[in-house]
Amino acid sequence: MNNTYLKFGLLILAFIALPFIVNAVPYLGPSWVRILGFAMLYVLLALGLNIVIGYAGLLDMGYIGFYAVGAYLYALLSSPHLSMAGLAAGVMNWPIWLIIPMAAALAGLCGVLLGAPVLKLRGDYLAIVTLGFGEIIRIFMNNLDQPVNVTNGPQGISSIAPIHIDAGAWSYAAGEAPHALFSLHSKWSLFGLQVTPVINYYLFFLLIVIFAIVMSKRLENSRIGRAWMALREDEVAAEAMGLNKRNIKLLAFGMGATFGGVSGSLFASYQGFVSPESFTLMESIMVLAMVVLGGMGSIRGVVLGALVLSVMPELFRDLVNWVQPVIMDNVTFISRDVLRNILDASTLRMLAFGIALVLVMRFRPEGLWPSGRRRAELHDKDDDPEAKTLGSSASAEASKAGRSTSTVHFHRGEAKA
Amino acid sequence: MVPVGVLPARDALYEETLVEAQLNVLMQQILNGLVLGSIYALVALGYTMVYGIIGLINFAHGEVVMVGAMVTISVLTMLMGFGMSAGVLTLLFALMIACVICMLLAQGMEKFAYRPLRKAPRLTPLILAIGISIILQNAAMMIWGRGYKTFPEVIEIHPVNFLGATLTNVQLSIMVISVVIMFGLWVLVDKTKLGKAMRATAQNQEVAGLMGININRIISATFLIGAALGSIAGVMRAINYGQADAYMGLLLGLKAFSAAVLGGIGNLFGAMAGGILLGLIESLAAGYMGQVTDGFLGSNYQDIFAFMVLVLVLLVRPNGLMGERMADRA
Amino acid sequence: MRFQAFGLKFLMAALAVGVTAGTAAADDAEVIKIGFAGPLTGPSAHQGQDVEHGVSIAIDEANEQKLKIGTTPVRFKLVSEDDAGDPRTGTSVAQRLVDAGVAVVIGHYNSGTSIPASKIYADAGIPQISPSATNPMLTNQGIGSVFRVVNDDATLGRYAGDYIVDKLGAKRVAVIDDRTAYGQGLADEVVKAVKAAKGDVVVREYTNDKATDFNAILTTAKAKNVDLVFFAALDYQAAPMAKQMKNLGLTAKFMNIGNLPNDDFQKMAGSAAEGVYAWNYGMPLQDMPRGAAFEQKLKAKFGTGVVQSSPFAYDATWAAISAMVKAQSAEPAKYLPALKASSYDGVTGAIAFDDKGNLKNAAATVFQFQGGKWNTLSIERGKQQQNAGL
Repeated sequence: MNNTYLKFGLLILAFIALPFIVNAVPYLGPSWVRILGFAMLYVLLALGLNIVIGYAGLLDMGYIGFYAVGAYLYALLSSPHLSMAGLAAGVMNWPIWLIIPMAAALAGLCGVLLGAPVLKLRGDYLAIVTLGFGEIIRIFMNNLDQPVNVTNGPQGISSIAPIHIDAGAWSYAAGEAPHALFSLHSKWSLFGLQVTPVINYYLFFLLIVIFAIVMSKRLENSRIGRAWMALREDEVAAEAMGLNKRNIKLLAFGMGATFGGVSGSLFASYQGFVSPESFTLMESIMVLAMVVLGGMGSIRGVVLGALVLSVMPELFRDLVNWVQPVIMDNVTFISRDVLRNILDASTLRMLAFGIALVLVMRFRPEGLWPSGRRRAELHDKDDDPEAKTLGSSASAEASKAGRSTSTVHFHRGEAKA
Repeated sequence: MVPVGVLPARDALYEETLVEAQLNVLMQQILNGLVLGSIYALVALGYTMVYGIIGLINFAHGEVVMVGAMVTISVLTMLMGFGMSAGVLTLLFALMIACVICMLLAQGMEKFAYRPLRKAPRLTPLILAIGISIILQNAAMMIWGRGYKTFPEVIEIHPVNFLGATLTNVQLSIMVISVVIMFGLWVLVDKTKLGKAMRATAQNQEVAGLMGININRIISATFLIGAALGSIAGVMRAINYGQADAYMGLLLGLKAFSAAVLGGIGNLFGAMAGGILLGLIESLAAGYMGQVTDGFLGSNYQDIFAFMVLVLVLLVRPNGLMGERMADRA
Repeated sequence: MRFQAFGLKFLMAALAVGVTAGTAAADDAEVIKIGFAGPLTGPSAHQGQDVEHGVSIAIDEANEQKLKIGTTPVRFKLVSEDDAGDPRTGTSVAQRLVDAGVAVVIGHYNSGTSIPASKIYADAGIPQISPSATNPMLTNQGIGSVFRVVNDDATLGRYAGDYIVDKLGAKRVAVIDDRTAYGQGLADEVVKAVKAAKGDVVVREYTNDKATDFNAILTTAKAKNVDLVFFAALDYQAAPMAKQMKNLGLTAKFMNIGNLPNDDFQKMAGSAAEGVYAWNYGMPLQDMPRGAAFEQKLKAKFGTGVVQSSPFAYDATWAAISAMVKAQSAEPAKYLPALKASSYDGVTGAIAFDDKGNLKNAAATVFQFQGGKWNTLSIERGKQQQNAGL
């Protein structure tokens, strides 16, 4: 027990020290701290999606919609946009301790609204419909500048205030600036170390991530968590045991969504600018990949997946940018245009991502750092002689019914659910 | 925005011409929708056949369609560069090559990716399919670049007046060919031995195997047919709009899959009907939605009409319009 | 103790090497870094590379002239970053440039990346000159150190709208945009201008930047008897729209603002390209006073001609360099006033900024595709005084 706390504590200390180290390394510097900040946001997203996919087994491919909701809420309540659109009297300046819970609540509500119509749908249908919902949210954000300019359409909302605390009013006239008692956008020093705004944000995000991890852990081991897992393993049996399928599913969507909403509002303050371009289908798939590649249902796996998948692309890009001129200069038998097509950093990055997805799903579907149970589930039939002799039909039946093959012995008699 | 142009004096003739004009517009939108829908239907068939037989959304099918289009363009450009004359035969020749490549691609996917994962829980092959889709998209970008590739002018396009609307000869051909292909597919599935085997496998894989059907061969055949249909659809799309690019497969695939679900997954007629219906809905909605909702929803929402319709239909009829045709799965 | 001794020796060695290397470099020239940010990969890579080329040529010229700032000889160095056209990458790239200690940033290419990045530059006090970002919001944020050397969309929209009604005589206009930040901003301005010129926007429709099927929208336009269809989008969408107009028998004129005119358009649109109108920022290369010379230099160094924005990037760079020389300092705080007061003739025309940082008397050219090539119809300028708000 003490050992775990000690390990956890050391880990947290390492993460706190990380930005200072990165800042100081000459090759890396503040832009990499910025990347770490974004990585924290993705960890938060991955934790939220982990609740939906990992605990409850509901395939949500439109998760980024909640991120968008949280981001736009913060943007609207902390920027001059509403006053420019004529919808509010002054520049909005709502306090952070109100906006973040509001974002969580609003996203949670959206999650429940999303979940309600799709309760009866099976896995694959659920995937497509949630994907559709994600796109619907994005397109609405892109077009809600008429008849009333709510989101400013494709131009996005800019001049979003950084996270700050002030004693002032909740809105102020344009031209005035509020006096912020404390803002993340300031520099200060701690024990002789220079703490820049980027580091401030990172530390704040780290704090929220730690809170989210604790919450996830508590959820996992709670009654609700167990109910989710029961639902994931076998819906019919769960219902037979007296669980209210509808409520549990809605709760999963809702709780997962709240993480997304909080992450979104933090994102808006960090980037200072939100536009529908940041909430595409590819982002949803990225977060999905983080959860799946890391290990569905396993908090440590999910955190690892998020960190890796948000930092890797940057590393990759630097690598390609470094390699590209060397190759371009030395490989002369292939034409410039062809080489440029092949050595394009973003294309290569996505290609590597796709290959990683395929390889992991093919050979290690339980993810990089899964819970032991999950690994056993997915590789159980590797050691099971009976599964092999009966051809694959027995376990095929079991998995067709959506059940894990570790219980193949109990379910062989029933071909259908 | 009500048109305020110069109108003839109000009389019976005016009323008649106004109504006729409106009808012509409607007919045009409908025909546009049918052309769009034919392409969706062909792609939807690929999705529905694979889903019907192994319960998998072949996410990468849209990319196969894209590859069909891009390969055809490349081959055509090459052939015409060699001096082959423009014309239908050249197009068919290029199309054949593209078909073969797409079929090889689908076969590869099936053998190396999907077959080993047939027993895995649902999520795994789905994500693998997403991965394959991403690989194909980016590989296409590496081969053909990120820009749009223009479809070479092999066929002369001239407009045709049809029931008061203007179509091109190509569009008309697309509709006709789609119908022919769909009919052919129906004959294949309903009347031939292969079709019977496919239906049996879709109903119950285990028992079909016991009856002596080579499951793997049948599943491969399904993928191959789907890929062939997809490549034809890709070429149709490319020729209709005059261009193709590496991104075109994704959205097309999503919409076509929605169409397949709309009609009832696993059900061939459902896919055909769903595809055509979706095309019509998109066209009519893009044309009239602005007027109907007084500017609130307009043609900018065109892409999500597909999803909105899908959600509505699934709410009311979870098995799609024409009902599912699959083995009972939990 | 040992470590400290080692460290001291190392430091001394490094200093020694540094000093000798410095003197061996034969110029005590101070190196001034000029930052460039733009899409070097991704869909706009072609354009971004073009901009980079323009900056590079300007820097080469400045180095050839062995300029002095105050009394110190200086050498300019290009620090180039790729933002892939993505706003998020744009902000992290902006941070990198700031960290690298650049004296000015030429960039970004897209408005969607320039605007969020401008915050970062503003915080660091580094002037930003964009050769191509045309969204009016860029200079409306109240940052005193952001400039552009092209006209913005408000101006261009006004020119286009006036031209449509006054010169082309179109009374019933359809306006379509691709719902991107660029297209929508431009289209809205055109709508305003058409209405102000007493024209009638009878159809206002939208699509998205990936669509290629416009039949439904065009059918509506045909039903409403429009005289002209205006489409704010890029060439890969303008081409299918032109074709579909032809196929549907819609005989209205077609005007597009995006990245036309370019040489690929005829390939893409085939016979439907005939008669299409297009606008471009600035003047045509052959009309620019030193345009031909510039293109020659570009071809000599990079092997390709001008794509679109390289002359503007060249002017932007030179504006910064001239201001530094004039103010005798490369420190942003010191040379900013000189930059604001710039007034000289660049490759693209007269360079002078108004108090918001927009180009004064910006020109725009309207072309028509006739007989297989783009013909200049008219060069408009000078109507941008009322640049109020967005």
